[in-house]
This record gives sequence, C-alpha cells and structure tokens, in this order.
Amino acid sequence: MSPGMIKVTIIGVYLGLLLALGLFSSRLFKGTSKDYLLASHSIGPFLLLMSLFGTTMTGFALVGSTGEAFAEGVGVYGMLASSSGIIHSLCFFVLGVKLWSWGKKYGYTTQAGFFRDRLDSDKIGLVLFPILVGLVVPYLLVGVISAGKAIEGATRGDFPGLTESGAIPPWLTELVICVVVLVYVFFGGMRGTAWANTFQTIVFMVLGVVAFYLIATGLAAKSVADGRAHQTTDGQRVVRTEPPTGLWDSLHIVSQEIPKARRVRDQVTPEDQIESVEAPPQFRTRERMDPWMFFTYMLIPFSVGMFPHLFQHWLTAKSGSAFKLPVVAHPVFILIVWIPCVLIGVWATSGLINIPPPIAGDPNKVLGFMVKSLSGDVLGGFLLAGILAAIMSSLDSQFLCIGTMFTTDVVVHYGGKDRFSDKQIITISRLFIIAIVAVTYFLSLTDIAQTRVFQLGIWCFSGFSSLFPLVLLAVYWRGLSKWGAYAGVLTAAGVWYALFAASEFGAIENWSVDFTIGERTIHTMPVATIFFASLVATVVVSLVTPKPSAETLAKFFPETT
Amino acid sequence: MKKVVWGLVLLLVVLHQDIWNWDNDRLVFGFLPVTLAYHAGLSIAASVVWLIAATTAWPIQDDDDSVNDATSEVAR
Repeated sequence: MSPGMIKVTIIGVYLGLLLALGLFSSRLFKGTSKDYLLASHSIGPFLLLMSLFGTTMTGFALVGSTGEAFAEGVGVYGMLASSSGIIHSLCFFVLGVKLWSWGKKYGYTTQAGFFRDRLDSDKIGLVLFPILVGLVVPYLLVGVISAGKAIEGATRGDFPGLTESGAIPPWLTELVICVVVLVYVFFGGMRGTAWANTFQTIVFMVLGVVAFYLIATGLAAKSVADGRAHQTTDGQRVVRTEPPTGLWDSLHIVSQEIPKARRVRDQVTPEDQIESVEAPPQFRTRERMDPWMFFTYMLIPFSVGMFPHLFQHWLTAKSGSAFKLPVVAHPVFILIVWIPCVLIGVWATSGLINIPPPIAGDPNKVLGFMVKSLSGDVLGGFLLAGILAAIMSSLDSQFLCIGTMFTTDVVVHYGGKDRFSDKQIITISRLFIIAIVAVTYFLSLTDIAQTRVFQLGIWCFSGFSSLFPLVLLAVYWRGLSKWGAYAGVLTAAGVWYALFAASEFGAIENWSVDFTIGERTIHTMPVATIFFASLVATVVVSLVTPKPSAETLAKFFPETT
Repeated sequence: MKKVVWGLVLLLVVLHQDIWNWDNDRLVFGFLPVTLAYHAGLSIAASVVWLIAATTAWPIQDDDDSVNDATSEVAR
C-alpha cells in the first residue's frame, strides 16, 4: 500500500468510527427537540469539560498556533493561550453557571431567548441573530480551511497526478469533513455532539503528545545525521555527531537551534553556519511583538462569553456543580495542547529542517508538513486523524447551534410555538444546518481561504469579544436597558466592520489601531477599540433610557429587589 | 473569600504582562524558551486560582442545582 493510501485508510477508519458514534448516540435520542438541542440537561462534569474544551480548541489551536509560532515566535503562547486559561475559566465562572441556572429555570436554548426576556425586548433577537450567525460563519471557515491545509501539507507528494503538488486537494478534504460532521450532528443532536467532542478531545490530546514526541526525537535524529546539530564542548560550538539518547536529549538538540532562523542560515554555506550566523533571537523571545498589542490581545479570549455554541453547551449541564471541573482544568488542558504546537512551530524556523517555499509561504501547512516529514506513514495517518479531531470537535457544536438559533429564534418565535411539532422543528433545524454548511463550504473555495487562519480567527473572535460587555452587564447590572443593548450591539457591529474593511478584510497581517501620544505611537489590537466603544455605548445609553419592568428585574435580581 | 479570589485573578492578569521577560532569550531546562516557560507556569497558576474559586466562592448555592426545569415545556 502506498504511503498516501495508508494515511487515507487510517483517516477513513477514524471518520467511520465517528459516524458510528453519532448513530449509536441517536439510539438514545428521546425524539424531543429539547433532547436534540440540549441533551435533556444530562451532561455531567467530565463530558462538560471535554465538550467545552474540544469546542474552544479548533484548527485555530493546532494548525493556527503552529503556523503563527513559525511566523512570529514563541510569544504566541502568552498572547493567546495563557490569557485564555485565565479568561475562559472566568467566563465559565461568572457567566456560564448563572446562565445555566436561568436557562434551566426559564427554558432558554439560545442567547436571543435570554436577552429577549432579560431586556423586555422582542426585537433584540432580530438584531442579534444575523450578527451572531455572521460571526459564526467565519469561525466555521477557520475550521474547514485548517482541515484542508493540514491534509494538503501532510500528503504532499503522496498522490502524484492528483494535483500539481501531489497532495490531496483542500476542496476534497473540506467536503469530506463537512459531510461527516453533518451526518453525526444530524443523527446524534447535542448528545451525539457531546460524545463525539469527548472522544475527539481525547484523541487529539493523546495524539498531540505522541506527535510532539515523534517530531522532537525525529527532528533531533535527522539533524544529527545531516550534520546540522551542534553542541558546546569546552566552550566551543562544534558539530554534534552522537545520535540523541532520548526525548530529553532531543529537546536540547532541537531547541538550541531555535534562534538560528533558517531564513538567515540559508544565506551562508553549511560550514559557516555554526560560527558565523547568530540570527536574532526573535523566535524565542517576544522581540517582534509590540507590548501594547500583547496587552490588548488579552481581550480576545472574552469572545468565549458570547460564543452561541458555548452558550448551548453550558445549558446541557446536569447541575451547576458540573461546571467546577471545566473551570479548574481548562487552563492546564490549554497548556497540554498549545506548548507542543508552539514548540513545533519554532523548531520549524530553525536550520534543522528544510521547509520548502510553498510551505513556508503558507504557515497553516507547517504542522502537516512536520508530521509528514518526521513520522512514519502509519503514525502520520493517526496524527492527521488527531488534527482533524480537533477541528471537527468545534465544527459540530457550531453546526448544531446555527440550526438551533434559526429554529428557536426565527421559525418558532415568529411562527408560533404551537405551529410546529417537535419532529418538524428538528427537520427545520437540520435543513438550515445543511444550508449554512453549504455556504461555508463554497466560501472555503474562494480567495478567503488564502487568508492566514490565525488572522481570520482573530477578526472573528474580536467580534464576539466586543459583545462580552453586553452579556456581562445583562447578568450583573440591573441598569441595563434594551436601548443600551441595541446601542452596544450596533456599535460593536459598525466599528468591527469599519476596522475589518480598513484592514482590507484581514488581508493586512497584524493590522493595528494606532494612537499617537506626543511623539510616541501606540499600536493596539482592533478588538480594544471595538470592545470599549461597545461598552461605552451600552452603559451611556442605558443610563439615560427606561429600565426593564420591575417584574423582569425581580425575576433576574430577586435578592436586590 | 470572594475578595481574595478576585484579587488573585487580578494578580494573574498583571503577571501576564511580563515585560521583564520581553528580550530574555534564555532556555529553561536547556530546551524551553523562558517566555514560554513563564507563561506555562501562569497557566498552572490559573488552574490553582480557579480551584480556590470553585471551592470557596462558587457563584450559586448547591440548592440551585435543582432549579426547576422549564425547558421541558418550552425547549425553544
């Protein structure tokens, strides 16, 4: 069997297992829309942890973090991963638990349902629905594009004749991924999604650690064999000839090469590399990052507070206590996934491995290429399945939440809740999911797919983050009015679009909003401007407009009424 | 205890802005860039802080776990 066929077979078996899991979970389906959309509030601490974590870790976390570390250095971990450990758990703690209790008590399934009730405003759903759907679609694109790029990078040369590069074309991978996720979401609903998320989260975490081990040891062995590794003997840097003795030794060999960027080393002959080339240490420090950009990046993880698919997952919890495990374990789980990916990305910048120009020019392909180059065909196939697992464990929740929002916030809300049977609601939900998946798939075939996954994700998350003040104020501030909410949402949408357009729709990498104070220019992430504009609009307009009725306030703030 | 928890969360946010590590290219344990090691430590510290929060300042009472389930009627 050819190397390419081995990988395709392993991935095919994995996808088959997922389908079987979805079909099996459908046997427990109770036939009600509540069970399809919320798994009848039956999800315990472990499943909740795995499904919340699997949902937040997407292609962005694996493919994007490796690619961004390749492009920008190790600072990417502090920028997004350690801050997410703090902020994601904060969102689960201050929002998730409260919203779960209200959701269960008052029967919410979507954010729009909650905001309608909390603000005494029927129309708020009409404003929120298109904005939330509009932001979920690029998030879906991040996952779909990541899958296509990762498989393309990992199968390069395996299928000569199929494409110019001999790789599986992205359009084919993206199509297969969409169809598989669609099928198990179709049959399994939220329960199937939670089970599949748990299964896939375990798969990608285990295989991620295995990939890290294989790439570290493989890269060290290869670099010694090629005469590219060095060691310090008697204060002198000399070429290392002894093969690595294990993981620890391998980590030392490959990490010492981090600051010697390949792009610099390529410009001199191999014999001159060790002594004469000391490239800038930008890949193991944050030299290339602006401190203000780093600081304002911390607002990005607040997006979790307004992800509609996470809202839906929160409502599946069996009890409020079920949130404790996710709140505590989430930061460490992020560490387990991100540290290996970031290290792999910066190892790829070193002179230990040749990254071909087509790969170096598209950082999303770096992880797939490293897997292909440094592991055998069988293990490579498993590792690719792990990458797809991370991607699909987010796509499924997003697919389901889109269908839920459409049926709940539009069809049932405006059509009347007695007009449709449970079976019809589920059918409508499924049809809308197909439509959105089709739109996402066709968008993935356009030029948008050429945007760096990381950049696209950041813009999408910035939009959600800017709606965080709204949900926080709705949960903790009696003074929030519906007019304040409208002002906040519309301000967020308007400023987001204006800045996104100014960045040429994500085409300009690391685009920033700059402020000049005296002679100094401060660069900030666009999210900071959008976030504070939205916050100010919400608070100021709320202060001067009528509050919700006393009855509504008593419903949500009984202790202070 | 709530004030202590919020103080610790604020401390995590402040510690996250480690400008003193900005240009430090030292490798910890011979393989981990210091900025990466520092932020990995911050992730572990975050878990510890949230463990304290979960055990001492949980936002709802245990009784609230058994709130009435209205979704059986609405589910929409």
